[in-house]
Amino acid sequence: MRIVILGAGQVGSSVAESLVSEANDITVVDTDAARLRKLQDQFDLRTVVGNAGHPATLERAGARDADMILAVTQSDETNLVACKLAATMFNVPTKIARIRAADYLSHPEMFGSEFFSVDTVICPEQMLTDYIGKLIEFPESLQVLEFAEGTVSLVAVRAFHGGPLVGQELQTIRKHLPNLDTRVAAIFRHDSPIIPDATTVIEAGDEVFFIAATENIRGIMHELRRMDKPVKRVMIGGGGNIGRRLAKAIEDRYDVKIIEYNRAGAELLAAELRSTLVLVGDVTDENLLQSESIGDMDVYCALTNDDENNIMSSLLAKRMGVRRVVALINRSSYVNLVQAGAIDIAISPAQATIGTLLAHVRQGDCVAVHSLRRGAAEALELVAHGDANSSKVVGRRIEEIDLPKGATIGAVVRTHEQSVESGSDDESDAANGNGKAKARKKPVVERQVLIAHHDTVIEPNDHVIVFVINKRIVPKVEKLFQVSIGFL
Amino acid sequence: MNWLLTIAPVAALIAMAMSLTHLLPIGVSLALNDGTLPIWILSMALNFAAGAVLWLSTRRQKRELNLREGILLVVSVWTGGALFASVPILLTIPQITFTDAYFEAVSGLTATGATVLIELDNLPPSVNVWRALLQWLGGMGVIVLVVAVLPMLGVGGRQISKSEIPGPMKDEQLTPRVTQTAKGLWLIYAALTLACALAYHAAGMSPLDALIHSFTTLSLGGFSSHDASLGYFNSAAVDMVAICFMMIAGLNFATHFMVWRTKSLRPYVRDTEVRYFVLVIGGSIAGIAMLLYGSGVYPDFFTAVRYAAFNIISVGTTTGYSTADYNMWPVFAPLWILFLGTFLSCSGSTGGGIKMMRAVILYRQVYREIKSLAHPYAINPVKVAGQVVADPIVFAVLGFFFVWIVLLVSMTLILGWTGLDAMTAFSAVVASLNNIGPGLHQVGPATNFAVLTAFQTWVCTFAMLLGRLELFALLVVFTPAFWRK
Repeated sequence: MRIVILGAGQVGSSVAESLVSEANDITVVDTDAARLRKLQDQFDLRTVVGNAGHPATLERAGARDADMILAVTQSDETNLVACKLAATMFNVPTKIARIRAADYLSHPEMFGSEFFSVDTVICPEQMLTDYIGKLIEFPESLQVLEFAEGTVSLVAVRAFHGGPLVGQELQTIRKHLPNLDTRVAAIFRHDSPIIPDATTVIEAGDEVFFIAATENIRGIMHELRRMDKPVKRVMIGGGGNIGRRLAKAIEDRYDVKIIEYNRAGAELLAAELRSTLVLVGDVTDENLLQSESIGDMDVYCALTNDDENNIMSSLLAKRMGVRRVVALINRSSYVNLVQAGAIDIAISPAQATIGTLLAHVRQGDCVAVHSLRRGAAEALELVAHGDANSSKVVGRRIEEIDLPKGATIGAVVRTHEQSVESGSDDESDAANGNGKAKARKKPVVERQVLIAHHDTVIEPNDHVIVFVINKRIVPKVEKLFQVSIGFL
Repeated sequence: MNWLLTIAPVAALIAMAMSLTHLLPIGVSLALNDGTLPIWILSMALNFAAGAVLWLSTRRQKRELNLREGILLVVSVWTGGALFASVPILLTIPQITFTDAYFEAVSGLTATGATVLIELDNLPPSVNVWRALLQWLGGMGVIVLVVAVLPMLGVGGRQISKSEIPGPMKDEQLTPRVTQTAKGLWLIYAALTLACALAYHAAGMSPLDALIHSFTTLSLGGFSSHDASLGYFNSAAVDMVAICFMMIAGLNFATHFMVWRTKSLRPYVRDTEVRYFVLVIGGSIAGIAMLLYGSGVYPDFFTAVRYAAFNIISVGTTTGYSTADYNMWPVFAPLWILFLGTFLSCSGSTGGGIKMMRAVILYRQVYREIKSLAHPYAINPVKVAGQVVADPIVFAVLGFFFVWIVLLVSMTLILGWTGLDAMTAFSAVVASLNNIGPGLHQVGPATNFAVLTAFQTWVCTFAMLLGRLELFALLVVFTPAFWRK
């Protein structure tokens, strides 16, 4: 695929890094020549210096032949203009833009083809906020990822001593949970993957990935480890873009405190947030943490821009008695250093947000991609097209599918479309429309979640959730889901 | 003193405009033939002549007003306007002193509603119309009306409106131009008055009474053409109409303006003041109705609710009508009702008192002090409707409240010194400073301010002016710094 990336900031660079390794031709555009040079030295890609919002720059970057344009500059306006130019002057088929301003996001109609022609809007800050929000909602989990519009979830938990299933073979799950269907997709033990089968025994300290219908998650998690008491008090360190969004999203459900270093910034935060207590100070200031009784907090999220600050304040908070600590860490070497140590969850912003972009780059009909374990593993939501003759998956039982080693099918989501005339659908659509580019009207659909068993038969248009423990075999899985030429 | 002359042409125009308002009592006098026609014509001529002479001698002054001149203009219009307005009262009512006539005119123009006149029912109808008209003009502020006209004469109006439109957040603008805003507000005011008059008439008032009472309802003034006030009609329908329109007038007219502009009721929902206004009224009615029913003042609960609701809303919004002598109610009730009058009206309404907005800010400021004791690192902005109230505004509100308390106490003490009993002195000051009207005890709803001596009357007159001009606009005139170059 020929991809033009506009903006070589944090998002642009990390996207370029992941895409370049997947055999794509990447061109990165930025105004900062030094930054581009660094990128070019590191990876096999082309760079163009110039303003991404100018037609001449896009022309030089090869927009005319590009399959996809990714506008992720700092400026929402530049991104919008670039997408419009790409659509009208260069006929680029796929246009993705990063938009941050909530005001733009609340008007999805302005992204339509008659306006700014943005096919998909992404907001990395929002994705991160959702991601952290899930971790607060399920404080026992390491990661919660949703598929098929939230009907299926993939959850990572660490098995602890005392959980009812720890020390047992996987096949006993059915006995423990007769009413809740789930499937363990993978187990990571000491950072190396294990493909689970019925006789695999879960050990304390294992990172267990299981797949289940979203409404069953809580019950299943209960079986894997003793349940903590629900989260009531949350402290956020750092009132930047992410801290602010997170506080705003959760302040109605939890008792939230937020620490911001900059007094002017704190005043803005206090103006915007309703019930959150805004504190001015350093996240590594022990006295501040002490006087705000950090020991009574259920979750502490260190979300400043500075990795070192996040790590130090997380360690401090943990020692002062916080139950659970989440830290935002950009440098992958640091992530490996602290994860599973004192810091409960280290989040890499780049990894948490890249999935949406990857979904567009992939071959076949890939709806969602979630990057796991810092990019080593991946969970994909693929649509099975065609029929028993043209497809290698449709009409077959799961045990008959020739899946490459290291890939497991976790669940199948079958949609039953109902032609119910209902006006309320539009409303709920609009309510969920935040961050979604396409204001397309969906018919009323009923989704049925089938947890994969060896005899589950895949039907056309099923969404299949595939867990891949090694990223290298992703192309093979994609190929499997492609419809053979004869069908076309 | 040369700079004083810059306000003269404007003041002259206002005087001439006021002479035109005499046309209404003249019309009433002609129609009903109450024998006061020559007095009205004389007063009108006097008004016009004074304005014309002043204008002709100073019309060369064409400079824009600065803030100081704006304040001086406002003060002189209120005090001077009352002077002209007292002339017909002085001439039509036999044996009235100038003190009382001026008090009555100030009570009218400040939309207070306290009266020193007795046997209102026997006054010439044109005089009652004049009193009501003064309140109507004063209610929204003569100045706001003039702001709509002044720019046409090439005089900017922003400085005037700054000291005129009530409430702490004065800089909030509805339209880019003051003129447009003033016209919009005036139109809403006039339309509501018309609706109120029609409703009163439908509820059984004579056309003249409906006109008089609609003027004094929308301005939250409270003058009546009857000694028994609205109790004269003894009609639940009239009470209902009055309750509705007093509540409407007690809200911010800027909010009404937004409702009219956007054609939706959402501005009411979003207005913090509206929420507290309704909550406080609802809670007070429930509490006082239970008190009245429980202590046997009224035999059945619904009568108790009716009288409690009317008198709470009337005094709370600083109108000052009464349908019962609440002086006789258990002592909690009249004191609570009077207390409501000090803060219930919303900013930007025609009511008096410190305004709901200031009360909310004061309350939030107290809460903030307490909270910052528990969380020394926290930033606790004072917020109203999700908006941060800047510290200078909070300080201004605190300062305002302090001055208000000082005035309240010192004027109560002064009245006490002159021999009034404590309750009368205190309630007379509260009722005047907050432009309510009737107080308690000797100046209660069943009696009036006629019992006061001349000196006491002047104290109350001053208090009414202070309240209407939001304390500072009048106080600043008495500071040396104001007069220094």
